[in-house]
Amino acid sequence: MLLDYGTLRLIWWALLGVLLIGFAIMDGFDLGVAMLHPFVPKNENQRRVLLNTIGPVWEGNQVWFILGGGAVFAAWPLLYAASFSGFYLAMMLVLIGLILRPVALTFRGKMESLAWRRSWDWVFFVSGLVPSLVFGVAFGNLLLGTPFHFDKTLQLDYEGNLLGLLNPFALLCGITSIAMLTMQGASFLASKSEGEVAQRAALFGDRAAIGLVALLSIAGIWVAFGLDGFVLQGAIDRAGPSNPLWKSVGREAGGWLNTYRHTPSSLAAPIVAYLGALATAFALRKGSPKAALLCSSASVAGVITTAGFTLFPFLLPSSSHPDHSLTVWDASSSQTTLMLMLVAALFFLPIVLAYTGWVFHVLRGPVTEAAIERGDDYHY
Amino acid sequence: MLDLDVVTLSRLQFALTALYHFLFVPLTLGLSLLLAIMESVYVMTGRTVWRDATKFWGTLFGINFAMGVATGVTMEFQFGTNWGHYSHYVGDIFGAPLAIEGLMAFFLEATFVGLFFFGWKRLSKVQHLVVTWLVALGSNFSALWILVANSWMQNPVGSHFNPQTMRMELTSFAEVLFNPVAQSKFVHTVSAGYVTGAMFVMSIGAYYMLRKRHRDIARRSLTVAASFGLASALSVVVLGDESGYTAGFNQKMKIAAIEAMWETEPPPASFTLFGVPDIASETTKYEVKVPWMLGLIATRSIDTPVEGIKPLVAIAEQRIRNGLPGYRWLEKEGGGQDAVVPAELEPAMRDLGYSFLLKRIRPDIENASDDQIHEAALSTIPDVPVLFWSFRIMVALGFYFIALFGIAFYLASKRRCGKPWFLRMVMFSLPLPWIAAELGWVVAEYGRQPWIIDGILPTFLGVSNVPATNVLFSLLGFVLFYSVLALIDLVLIVKYVRIGPQAEDDGLSTQPVQTAAN
Repeated sequence: MLLDYGTLRLIWWALLGVLLIGFAIMDGFDLGVAMLHPFVPKNENQRRVLLNTIGPVWEGNQVWFILGGGAVFAAWPLLYAASFSGFYLAMMLVLIGLILRPVALTFRGKMESLAWRRSWDWVFFVSGLVPSLVFGVAFGNLLLGTPFHFDKTLQLDYEGNLLGLLNPFALLCGITSIAMLTMQGASFLASKSEGEVAQRAALFGDRAAIGLVALLSIAGIWVAFGLDGFVLQGAIDRAGPSNPLWKSVGREAGGWLNTYRHTPSSLAAPIVAYLGALATAFALRKGSPKAALLCSSASVAGVITTAGFTLFPFLLPSSSHPDHSLTVWDASSSQTTLMLMLVAALFFLPIVLAYTGWVFHVLRGPVTEAAIERGDDYHY
Repeated sequence: MLDLDVVTLSRLQFALTALYHFLFVPLTLGLSLLLAIMESVYVMTGRTVWRDATKFWGTLFGINFAMGVATGVTMEFQFGTNWGHYSHYVGDIFGAPLAIEGLMAFFLEATFVGLFFFGWKRLSKVQHLVVTWLVALGSNFSALWILVANSWMQNPVGSHFNPQTMRMELTSFAEVLFNPVAQSKFVHTVSAGYVTGAMFVMSIGAYYMLRKRHRDIARRSLTVAASFGLASALSVVVLGDESGYTAGFNQKMKIAAIEAMWETEPPPASFTLFGVPDIASETTKYEVKVPWMLGLIATRSIDTPVEGIKPLVAIAEQRIRNGLPGYRWLEKEGGGQDAVVPAELEPAMRDLGYSFLLKRIRPDIENASDDQIHEAALSTIPDVPVLFWSFRIMVALGFYFIALFGIAFYLASKRRCGKPWFLRMVMFSLPLPWIAAELGWVVAEYGRQPWIIDGILPTFLGVSNVPATNVLFSLLGFVLFYSVLALIDLVLIVKYVRIGPQAEDDGLSTQPVQTAAN
């Protein structure tokens, strides 16, 4: 074994972040475009511009999410089991959103009737809104902790329900997530379109970015002063077997800021989140949407990294039995599996990035209303 | 009478969503390859009729692909939502092929499928052809990895139980990857997909020929599909036989149940062509048997016996007893920081999964009576009549496909495939590959019961600890939601088949999609 178990766990924690960031940047702009769909376009041609900006790429983007799920399954099986079954109904809502999106995109253009298309337009909007909201709500609940415990044989018992997830702090995180992904979608749309569509997209992106800055501030203050963070007490063997019942965990006010206290350089993450969002708004106003997309992506990465740093080393804290919380050090796969998956990821991810880059290069240039009218190579 | 507990509901939901997902998968597998073949002919000959054919079948492929992607996400989610304990217990092994599937296969097919539709004018002919091949390759890779994962559930190799983490852990990925069950299953499943794709193209082609529409595209499509279908149908049956052989040494109970063979016969065992299995009396009535055949398929020899259900139950009973001391030790020491299986209990731990079977009967399984142990052993018998008949219908269809594609191939090579009796026969055979494929999964997965992982974990222990009402709610939601989607999907496919292929004059695209959209 080339790497010790503790290091491998840390690497996989970072890789999980990379996959989540990949998802939020790539699939994020699809979700954002879906949420902007009722507001930005003014007529059928403009609606088709929106659909065709993400048309050739949404399928590949969605794989970031599927891969994220697969990676959690393979690298953090306890997290996968506990979060997916614990958030049962919330996950079903996400699932319905993720099923409806491909269906709406593919089916919408295949009938001429106006009623048919308007119906799918609404479906498409909901398929963007619901997952965006639920992802944020889920993240909020990670910071609050969710009520679950294990028995001695590691059978999980989840004590909460769907309504319990919908508390004020989590809803704030949900709205933050909507603002963030709307900013991302608007920046993408502005950079992939022209004229009225691009202008209106920039307008919405600007508002979303400013909204994100405000929401992040409120959430940050809430986390610092309003929440009891989870803190590891005593020693934990970073290279020990993955059994989450062997440690003790306490709660203390402001505990979620410990990472930033111990490692001040980690403050870079929230700073990038803020500055990225501000720069996005600035770039959109100055009419440089490509720069905006870059800044927005950086901001998205900053937000997710901030969430990860804040929780670290926790993955899924338990509010009812804090000692049973899942952490980076006791909820992973075996060393063998982590090593194997690391090799697979290091081999395949660069290849994936290379051909994804090539595909975006082939598809470069804006989708214009004129081209849609001509019936050029636009499928939706 | 159904007992609507979490286990039953979760199984129903998984079965339903998996069978539904597999309505789209085989067509994606087969049609993606047929698209690649047709486009290759276009690039090699430069004749635009092949490009028009590729685009037409591509439109139908697109509708089907979206449904496949959408319903596939459900499958991945469900391991976590509904089979939480399973996910914890075997995620260390089972998760890896799933994640690699995403990295290697899903990205490939999903990234390039967009270019397939949007790239006709942006790419050179050869570049577009490469894109189409990559989509086909991605689809087939994904079948490989998901079947590696599935085969581990049938034949759990390369892993061991860790009492400290209370789960199975990976010991050898090579064993998981080169699992013999995975090899034969992969080729059997993708070939079944090719048969489905070929039948789809042939049936719709036959419909056009009968209506005397689009004859140049229809005839060419028919010819390609006939030869492709014949090779695939042969491969399905031969590799199905290989599956039978691998199941023969691994899942003896499944083979015995498929055969409704209650007692061990003197080797080589005969194959029951027809019969009426009767569970109550543990006999099969009105049997018509073919001597030697089963022995040859399942053991590749004439002197190895194929064990019957009753002797296998006796073995299961023994294994339950063997596993009990392991369970007793685990109750005391399991999950402890110093838990290491004592050497003398190693054999008992190998049968730990069998002792879990008692959990359905009583929670304190150490105190199980002899009768209860026997009852648990009886629970290792899968649903004999369902397996018996599913298997026979599937195999009969397999041979029918060989015959049908054989005739098609012969007629096509003589350029006489316009015969109306033949075209009608092809047209009405359209649903058959789907029936065969779904029955194949019934045999494979329902036949694995009562295990979720053969010999390791019973299905009823794999579920999540969620309220039954939640699962009932999601199950009803899926039934409703999926039915509506199926209806819309069918309406669209029928619509685009009616519109048919559109010849293109270069410059302005008049692809059906655009026609519809303008």
